[in-house]
Amino acid sequence: MPLKIRAALLLLLPSLLLLFALFLLPIGWFLSSSIMELGSWEEVMAEADAVLLSGAVGGALLNTGWVGAVVTLLTLVIGYPVSYALSRARGAAFTVILLCIVLPYFTSTIVRTYAWMVLLGRNGLINQILLGLGLVSEPVNLLYNRTGVIIGMTYVLLPYMVLTLYAAMKAVDPRLMQAAEGMGASPATVFRRVFMPLTLHGVVAGVLITFILAIGFFITPALMGGPGDVMIAMLIEREVELTQNWPAAAMMTVVLLAVTLTLYAVYSRFAEPGEAMR
Amino acid sequence: MSAGSVALEGVTKRYGAETVVAGVSLAIAPGEFFTLLGPSGSGKTTTLSMLAGFVMADEGRVMLGGQDMTHVPPRGRGLGMVFQNYAIFPHLNVAENVAFPLTVKRAPKAEIAARVAEALEMVKLTGFEQRYARQLSGGQQQRVALARAIVAHPRIVLMDEPLGALDKNLRYHMQVEIKEISRRLGTTVIYVTHDQEEALTMSDRIAIMERGRIAQMGPPREVYEKPDSSFVAAFLGEANLLPARRDGNAVAGPGGARLEAGAGALSAPEGLLFIRPEKVTIAPDAPGEGPNMLPGRVRHASFLGNVVRYAVEVPEGATVLCDAANGAGATLHAPGDPVRLSWRAEDSRLLAA
Repeated sequence: MPLKIRAALLLLLPSLLLLFALFLLPIGWFLSSSIMELGSWEEVMAEADAVLLSGAVGGALLNTGWVGAVVTLLTLVIGYPVSYALSRARGAAFTVILLCIVLPYFTSTIVRTYAWMVLLGRNGLINQILLGLGLVSEPVNLLYNRTGVIIGMTYVLLPYMVLTLYAAMKAVDPRLMQAAEGMGASPATVFRRVFMPLTLHGVVAGVLITFILAIGFFITPALMGGPGDVMIAMLIEREVELTQNWPAAAMMTVVLLAVTLTLYAVYSRFAEPGEAMR
Repeated sequence: MSAGSVALEGVTKRYGAETVVAGVSLAIAPGEFFTLLGPSGSGKTTTLSMLAGFVMADEGRVMLGGQDMTHVPPRGRGLGMVFQNYAIFPHLNVAENVAFPLTVKRAPKAEIAARVAEALEMVKLTGFEQRYARQLSGGQQQRVALARAIVAHPRIVLMDEPLGALDKNLRYHMQVEIKEISRRLGTTVIYVTHDQEEALTMSDRIAIMERGRIAQMGPPREVYEKPDSSFVAAFLGEANLLPARRDGNAVAGPGGARLEAGAGALSAPEGLLFIRPEKVTIAPDAPGEGPNMLPGRVRHASFLGNVVRYAVEVPEGATVLCDAANGAGATLHAPGDPVRLSWRAEDSRLLAA
């Protein structure tokens, strides 16, 4: 159906142009000027070796992967029941849950991150409650360390997980679950044998999109993390802004982009409902 | 042997102010093929849902196999079920779907394999074990649903409009097959449909539902030929319902024609005279007076092949439908022809309007 494809392309044209002008063009220019700065191909390879095998970059990559994995797991564990509640809720309950999830979206990440800093600080609300209840004898360090980064990022990324899971859960025909119940399955069995397998593609999609977003995170780890919690995006920013070593920044960008695109390729395979089972 | 018996005792279901099922009572014998027939919104599906346990009755008792199951959840009722949309699990193949009622009970593997093979053979789907629902036609999906309903050898199987999505030919085919399987297994079947033809073909007994109540219950021929109300008469196929008055032991029909009616249950002086089109005899107009004769004029003749359906205008502007078999040497009447209609008294009934 060539006409259909042409129509689709026409509709996509504005966003494709925008993407080209604001993303592909600058990144292409950034990468090529970095390579030009180095001169020969040998020098590019030498620089790549030096940058990518340096302890700082390797550590940041490990950090990024680890934090991304933990955050993704947490959003899944917290998000799955929330999404389930959302997919089953009707009327006012549905609106309330949805607003609770989506409203924070309307606030900028930086504002939300500062809000968490108020809560998590040494004299923050959470420490005051813990101290007041006598659960701890001195303030717990929740900020400027990995715990802070993970709490902040989990919070910011939760809606992506919830909404992805919700889409998958909403697509499950409730009559299938009723049928399973009628055939003698207990609620636990209905969940394990019917609901979970039918939402699995949503879990895979949610995990991938959350992880992709997590590994590119910058503001939250920069504000809430400690000196040891350098993530790859922060390192790139540092190379560009502080040391002005663009070739090094370009190398790391390529790595981050490659990981992201690979994961995205996997994600697009699972994003379509039912695709995972084909 | 009461394992397959089913009984509802004054079962009522309300949603807010609306009473969807109003005091339905019925008793179904083991092995009976029982149909709940009615238009949408008549409460037949809600009644079935209460039997299944998906909907809990507000009042009354649900008895399955002689046991009170009113408050037992669906999984404790041990019923086989065929759903309107088939409800085939898309992530499981045919064999896994059919095995589902057995695997949730943790039946031994060898037994599951044997029963699944047996059920698939019964619905003629052997060889389709590894397919998924999306690789099956509507009729095949229907068979999977049927196999899954009988695989655990339930004494009672509920079917909710199982053939609603199939085309006419396939539908007829599946009607015969469902009937055959249920007879072979000796299962009690409770079947919900809005298709009167399907109900008449398949059932041992039919309950016709109207606004949450059972309007009439009986064997197909009885409810078809001896309806108790104009609703039942009109719902079960074509019916002539002529305005009539009680006149002593006889009935005065259109134009004051003296008619006789079979034992109807009418206490009021006025009502509707019921007669099925195929019970009306049409003949060229000839002089002569007698009971159950109505002079008329052919307004319209539809040639349907084996049958010719006439719309005959009778006095007072009423129209009588008459189906005449296109048998050997049949005379066809043309529009405008004067004709004489007659029928046997026992084929007609005087019903409340």
